Amino acid sequence: MAEPIVRIQGLKSWYGKGRERKQVLRGVTLDLAPGEVLGVVGESGSGKSTLAKCVLGMVTDIEGTLHVDSQRPQMVFQDPYGSLNPAKTVGWILEEPLRAIGVRDRAQRRRRAAELLSMVGLEEEHLGRRPAQLSGGQRQRVAIAAALMQGSKLIVLDEPVSALDVTLQAQILRLLAQLKEQLGLSYLFISHDLTVVYQLCDRVAVMTGGEIVEQGDVDEIYDRPKHPYTKKLLEASLALD
Amino acid sequence: MRRKNWYLIVGAVLTASMLAFTAVGFFWTPYEPSAMSAADKYAKPCAAHLFGCDQLGRDILSRTLEGAGATLAIALAVLAVGALAGLAVGALCGYHGGAADALVMRLCDAVAAFPSVLLALVVLAVTGPGKYNVIAALGVLFVPSFARLVRGEFLKYRDRDFVRSAKLIGVSDLRIIFVHILPNIWPVLLSGLTIGFNNAVLAEASMSYLGIGVSATEPSLGYLLKDAQGYLFTAPWYTAFPAAAIVLLILGVSLLGEGVRERMGVGT
Ligand SMILES: Nc1ncnc2c1ncn2[C@@H]1O[C@H](COP(=O)(O)OP(=O)(O)OP(=O)(O)O)[C@@H](O)[C@H]1O
Ligand SMILES: [Mg+2]
Repeated sequence: MAEPIVRIQGLKSWYGKGRERKQVLRGVTLDLAPGEVLGVVGESGSGKSTLAKCVLGMVTDIEGTLHVDSQRPQMVFQDPYGSLNPAKTVGWILEEPLRAIGVRDRAQRRRRAAELLSMVGLEEEHLGRRPAQLSGGQRQRVAIAAALMQGSKLIVLDEPVSALDVTLQAQILRLLAQLKEQLGLSYLFISHDLTVVYQLCDRVAVMTGGEIVEQGDVDEIYDRPKHPYTKKLLEASLALD
Repeated sequence: MRRKNWYLIVGAVLTASMLAFTAVGFFWTPYEPSAMSAADKYAKPCAAHLFGCDQLGRDILSRTLEGAGATLAIALAVLAVGALAGLAVGALCGYHGGAADALVMRLCDAVAAFPSVLLALVVLAVTGPGKYNVIAALGVLFVPSFARLVRGEFLKYRDRDFVRSAKLIGVSDLRIIFVHILPNIWPVLLSGLTIGFNNAVLAEASMSYLGIGVSATEPSLGYLLKDAQGYLFTAPWYTAFPAAAIVLLILGVSLLGEGVRERMGVGT
């Protein structure tokens, strides 16, 4: 197997300082191979987003091994209303990652923005729009395009389709799968929805109370869950369907 | 269809008229504002002196034109000092938070606990009157309210996902503050500026009226009011025209601010 793009061993993390200091991750170990999609599932508060933030370097109070072998990993957030600057146009939002890495040539930035916009299934006319003038699904497409502008190979997706209705979810998941193939991306895909994870992920890690209790290939885990917590999650999700 | 925004229309017309009136005064006044004329003492408004004359026979239209210019210049300078410093302080405090923020905000609370005119009185009692001292004193005293306004907005925005995204792509803090967040708080800032402008006009007028503001060589509208009060019955027009200029200016800017708020949907 190739060198993993993310290698995490015994990762612990804390929020707060002094007396308020509270541990969230309690020894997480996982690898993410290049080109792989790893799902992280677990109940609310189990530490999924915290794990994501650690990978992106947004949590600094950590212990253990955290090795990320990718230039500027990017993130796609759950709520596309909040992740796009309401005061800016789509074009500006897409160009900003290029400005940040020093691409001075405006025409080049525009070209690249238009290119990625079409890759996520939007038209060039959308460049002049503001986020408020787009639908929820279109906004999430813009957010995905923005995350890809710097050419990052590792994308962390924190509940990227949870705010969308089921048909839109399917479209966005298909888009993500397609972009992954096209650009050779790796995803750390966080979700509480096991059905969604099943559609997109190669492997899945089950998290509860800041620990990963079970991980493995999606088929393996879904067919023969070993840990009681995984069984409980699967039963709950089947009961919903 | 959008409802007609009367606040905005009336406010803009009124403000523009007052600005035009003031602008005229910068280039031209019918008479030398300080020129006295014994023959015209207490002259009623007439064709030669549209606004009449004062106790020394000075043309009140000329004096009002000049005074409006002084008042506007002082108010704008106060606003510039207060708003720029307030913006810097509020943005940094709101964006970074932490102990420095807590300290600066306590300081602002302390300053804001006193009426600003009263504090300015104290400052000017020490520094002495004059245009620049007024500007400095009022400007500094205006910082806390702007700082608090701006800080509140930055606090609201600093944990938004689009700010996190900006950090992830490597945008610097200063650029996040001024390029990413600031445009989102323009409407709030703009309405704060109109309120601040009016407060500055009133504060300057009060101080000059109390005799600790500008000196006789640079009479503002507030100074004219003070000068006129002894002749309220012999020459009521001396009080009436400068007072009307202040009222119209403040009214115009208030309506404009209200119109902007309504237009941008601030506070809804
Ligand atoms: N910035 C923070 N400061 C302090 N505590 C935090 C912070 N962010 C999260 N926590 C706490 O850490 C724990 C894990 O939160 P986290 O957001 O990682 O959960 P999650 O698994 O993503 O949940 P959800 O499915 O609801 O998004 C929770 O108890 C939460 O209250
Ligand atoms: Mg979460």
